[in-house]
Amino acid sequence: MNAAADGARRVAVTGIGVVSACGTGPEAFWDGLFRTPPDGHRELTDWDPSPWMDVREARHTDRFTQFAVAAAEMAHRDAGLAEVDAERSGVVVATALAGVGTFERQSVIHHERGGRRVSPFLVPMMMANAAAATVAMRRGWRGPCESLETACAAATHAIGHAARMIADGTCDRVLAGGTEAAVTPTIVAGFTNMRALSPSGRTRPFDAERDGFAIAEGAAVLVLEEWDTAVARGATIHGEVLGSGSTSDAHDITMPAPTGADAARCIRLALRDAGVHPGDVRQINAHGTGTQRNDEAETNAILSVFEDCPPVTSTKGATGHAFGAGGALEAVAVLLSMRHALIPPTIGLTTPDPALAVDVVTGGGRKWEPGPSLTQSFGFGGHNGVLVLGPAR
Amino acid sequence: MADDDIFDRLTTCTVEVLQVKPESVTQDANLADDLGASSLIQVELVMAVEEEFGISVPDESVEDIRTVGDLHRLILSLVA
Repeated sequence: MNAAADGARRVAVTGIGVVSACGTGPEAFWDGLFRTPPDGHRELTDWDPSPWMDVREARHTDRFTQFAVAAAEMAHRDAGLAEVDAERSGVVVATALAGVGTFERQSVIHHERGGRRVSPFLVPMMMANAAAATVAMRRGWRGPCESLETACAAATHAIGHAARMIADGTCDRVLAGGTEAAVTPTIVAGFTNMRALSPSGRTRPFDAERDGFAIAEGAAVLVLEEWDTAVARGATIHGEVLGSGSTSDAHDITMPAPTGADAARCIRLALRDAGVHPGDVRQINAHGTGTQRNDEAETNAILSVFEDCPPVTSTKGATGHAFGAGGALEAVAVLLSMRHALIPPTIGLTTPDPALAVDVVTGGGRKWEPGPSLTQSFGFGGHNGVLVLGPAR
Repeated sequence: MADDDIFDRLTTCTVEVLQVKPESVTQDANLADDLGASSLIQVELVMAVEEEFGISVPDESVEDIRTVGDLHRLILSLVA
């Protein structure tokens, strides 16, 4: 967006909401980033939607929508927003697999009991835009309300798109993020059979022994707000969305292009959009899924852009892989790392892979002087997304 | 089957699907205005009733249902 160069409006982050097995609420989530999780998928096993919606609404919403509503309400409260111009207020909530849990349960009913027993709420519960629509209805915000589905890059693209709508004057504030609730038996079987999941249930990014990821469910939503509006109302500014990039590998429906060339181009485009020189990047929150191919391609991309590799971390070792929510969880991790002046470590990494010559943050994390930072997300289908985030200043 | 027994079972279905208090389920209660059921929730209620009573409610009858009493009478006519 490079506000200084082209007169575009600056984008402040004024609210953070997060629902995750790693921790619900920003501070619990932050603490969780330093802990080795139990082996296995990262489910919200004791999830209770009742603080966020009444039982009647909960009955007719899939978990992915419930998580999004919770994260959005949390972010809205954190931002301290009171009366707003609803027509200037937007929602962009990403997901990869939407209401697959609902679809799976209803498919069983269809098979066992026939079509007449399928819920009339099946379609509005499973559709990918249900989360965004429910968040907008809850707040009464009537600007753009959109969902984005670029697999595991979706939330990064959602935040980038939302920021652009503020920069270009379409909106003054946007609830932006991603949500996922796809730890269902059939989806787990599908990922298992494609050999993407860690047999040990441990996500070990950049590790020589890495063998895939553990699936996570959850959501993260940010309040993005036009900078001057946020300053004028005395909002606490958690950080700034400086720019974003989006490219495609156009290569394979699941595998990243091994050279990482289009991921690297995505990083360069994001930096150009932000007006940030590669030498000024202080942190990269990597996609870092702990699959053989992602971590190789991502390393190639990073090393082709940066002469001196900035500190790289993957928070997926702690959070698991939340697909269409992942980029939003990682944006939250970066914003919190600015608050705490500490880059969280790559949990799960015990034996660095010598073939991956990036500067990976390990141990108890690394102190830093907060500066421009990247979050990188790459989705099945070859979708690349990069955000440039900066501290409030 | 006694009418009272049928109304009790209808009440149970209504409480479950509409998430309302049992005492609000009266013969005169309007499903939309009094019990807050959207058109899709009313469809869900009819499906629950079909399951509970082993009946099939014709589509043309569904459109005439406004109150709990309407649904009760419809069930009585179909289980007979």
